[in-house]
Amino acid sequence: MPILYYIYLCLTLFSIGVVGVLTRRNAIIVFMCIELMLNAVNLLLVAFSKMYHGAAYLNSPTTTIGIDAQIFVFFIMVVAAAEVSVGLAIIVMMYRNTHSVDINFLNRLKN
Amino acid sequence: MSTLEILFYALSAFAIVSAIMVLVSKNPIHSVLWLILVFFAISGHYILLNAQFLAIVNIIVYAGAIMVLFLFVIMLMNVKKDSEPQKQLLVKFTGVIAGGSFLTLLIALVKQTSQLQGKQVLLKEGTIGLIHPLGKALFSDYVVPFEISSVLFLSAMVGAVIIGKK
Repeated sequence: MPILYYIYLCLTLFSIGVVGVLTRRNAIIVFMCIELMLNAVNLLLVAFSKMYHGAAYLNSPTTTIGIDAQIFVFFIMVVAAAEVSVGLAIIVMMYRNTHSVDINFLNRLKN
Repeated sequence: MSTLEILFYALSAFAIVSAIMVLVSKNPIHSVLWLILVFFAISGHYILLNAQFLAIVNIIVYAGAIMVLFLFVIMLMNVKKDSEPQKQLLVKFTGVIAGGSFLTLLIALVKQTSQLQGKQVLLKEGTIGLIHPLGKALFSDYVVPFEISSVLFLSAMVGAVIIGKK
């Protein structure tokens, strides 16, 4: 499968996430769109890892070239899990104070 | 067309349609459920790339833990279906145009990159996605970041408890 197809797929998913962040006002859905963008990047990292692995795999089948990208994806998932727990706590706190999850309430931070 | 290509196209279409439905749904709970479907499609892609460990971790961590956390928060807040104030149509239109231009720009850039032309992704074969090589690399070359991530989790836990308490 050509790498370009994977790049197009991941770019499409990433752009859908960007559009979601720009057009929705519900803080939870904005947060979910950020998760979607993270997942698109993860898929792209794995695809590139298999691209480099595939080039070296033909010469020696026991090579581990490309394994770093998969470790990176693992760490991205670790960081995302930590980020979601803190982010949702912030959203819950915001809901408790304003009784809404509308991100436009947050413009009070300006003053 | 081989089976792998059919699977690739089917999973891609499934992922993109579900991702669009995340944006289109009015009810936040439906958005979460569509996002879980996106994660399952991406896990299917990982299995197609023979990254079995990441496929399982993606299902357990993302579809299992994170999405349940989202559902829990949404149900805790009792967000009504149409309580979300909509943005103005002009702002929405601008957002879609901006995202579409972003996508077009990046695709045009990638399309003319000479280093990527003709490069193939190894599907179904290769051993780097299995648990044994990944565990070996994680606990030898990457053992320091692995331990530091435990500190990250501890600080995230303390932060979430402190923010949620007051």
